[in-house]
Amino acid sequence: MIKQRSNWELIKNGIFGENTIFRMAISLCPSIAVTTGIRNAFYMGIAVIFVQVMVNVSVSAIRKIIHPRIRIPIFMLIIAGWVSVIDMTMAAFARPAYKEIGLYIQLIVAFASIFARAEVFASKNKMTSSAMDGLGMGIGFLVALVLIGFFRELLGKGALWGMPIIHSKPMLIMIMPTGGFFAVGFLMAFFNWIDIKFFGGKGASGV
Amino acid sequence: MDATEKEHSFIVSSSPHVRSGETTSRIMWTVSLSLLPALLMGFYFFGPKAILVTALSIISAVASEYIFEKISGKKAAISDGSSFLTGLLLGMNLPPSVPFYIPVIGSIVAVVITKQLFGGLGFNIFNPALIGRAFVLISWPRAMTTWMAPTAAFVALDAKTTATPLGILKEEGMGHLMEVFGSKINLYTELLLGHSAGSLGEVSAIALIVGGVFLLVRGYITWHIPFSFLGTVALLAWVFGGKAGLFTGDPIIHLLSGGLMLGAFFMATDYVTSPSVRKGQIIFGIGCGAITMLIRLKGGFPEGVMFAILLMNCFSPLIDRSVTRKPFGAIKVNKEQKK
Repeated sequence: MIKQRSNWELIKNGIFGENTIFRMAISLCPSIAVTTGIRNAFYMGIAVIFVQVMVNVSVSAIRKIIHPRIRIPIFMLIIAGWVSVIDMTMAAFARPAYKEIGLYIQLIVAFASIFARAEVFASKNKMTSSAMDGLGMGIGFLVALVLIGFFRELLGKGALWGMPIIHSKPMLIMIMPTGGFFAVGFLMAFFNWIDIKFFGGKGASGV
Repeated sequence: MDATEKEHSFIVSSSPHVRSGETTSRIMWTVSLSLLPALLMGFYFFGPKAILVTALSIISAVASEYIFEKISGKKAAISDGSSFLTGLLLGMNLPPSVPFYIPVIGSIVAVVITKQLFGGLGFNIFNPALIGRAFVLISWPRAMTTWMAPTAAFVALDAKTTATPLGILKEEGMGHLMEVFGSKINLYTELLLGHSAGSLGEVSAIALIVGGVFLLVRGYITWHIPFSFLGTVALLAWVFGGKAGLFTGDPIIHLLSGGLMLGAFFMATDYVTSPSVRKGQIIFGIGCGAITMLIRLKGGFPEGVMFAILLMNCFSPLIDRSVTRKPFGAIKVNKEQKK
């Protein structure tokens, strides 16, 4: 059994220790696809927080009655159910953003990060800890996406949240997928540097 | 120890045992020197703006190499001339009228991202100067495809803009190119001398050939890559280049225009990013030529040398591995005997 951690530690773990994108390098597809602007990145992050928390809570609630052999289809069903909820909600209440990122909202079903937390954490822990873990992971994902979106939108469009800020010719490459990889790479290096320099860690590579 | 003992003591060391006087810095500076004629022709036709672009790109390449090596705690090695050459090649690949931030950002991308982040000189997968150019071309497509008309008087302060010969060929066809340049002979001479629009170091084919032949004679490059590259381009231009049907194209225009000479002699032959086996170098050159002509004739861009070389750079390790060299003194073993 994993040693009990406080709720705050669980949230911090999701944001820094095991940040989905910068430390575990999973779910990189949406981190490139929806981060051409802060706004899209923010909505995507909110959707992921919701799905991650609800999936963790649901899995944790029924963890004792799932037979281990069929746990994967059951996790899948739970995730798909909650994704449908957020998909329809966003289609109804956040129309402009949904037009641009709707496809990726539906693709949350296939996110490695959500499935991974359900498997390694929620299926072994209490409901409150699971909810906190989901919240931390979701916030970590949101922060990562918004950071990437910040640099890409600022450099690639000269704007933030759709509002023009820099009035010179922007670097078009930053809003292309290539620029997304540049942004993820440099931010990952930056997070590693912080980890090694200030927390005595070993960086994302673990060596 | 006494004298006789010293005479008979052997030095035990690992290979290489035979050393030549060549060093990295010597090669880099010689290549830079061989680019000088083409650079001077560029200065002559495009004036002070061309000098400014080249200087900015060289200074920022050397400076970013120095700063990166200081920050990362490596020994600063700017005197080996590799970053100077990268900056020079990048500058020669830019249109003379670009705004000042383009050579600076291009050089930083070339040196820091393409070279240093991959481990420094000798570890880069792609040609640094070409990645720098690709980065700025994709970032600022408008500025990077606005070409200054050449003037022969060194006073091109506010020259008018025009299209490159390849651009005219792509957009308006052979007929319009003839109208612009008069006769075919005139077109060839202008292209050979460099009196046409284009990147500041690529316009003068004759100066680049002089530099390339100098490198060939000195043995710094071998004929394999440039000749297979140029040969493939000429062949494909002749076969598929014409509107009237097969075998009606004009290979000379395709050979002399665009960045082909610069690319074939100076960029594709980069030691780090091209195959080291002779047979592989020919495959590499043919691949570069084929992709160049594919882009020129069928693609969206009028010029494809840069993308061709970058794409073939990816294949260099694969080519090197698939055409293995016969080890010295190896005896051919029959398949029967092996069993």
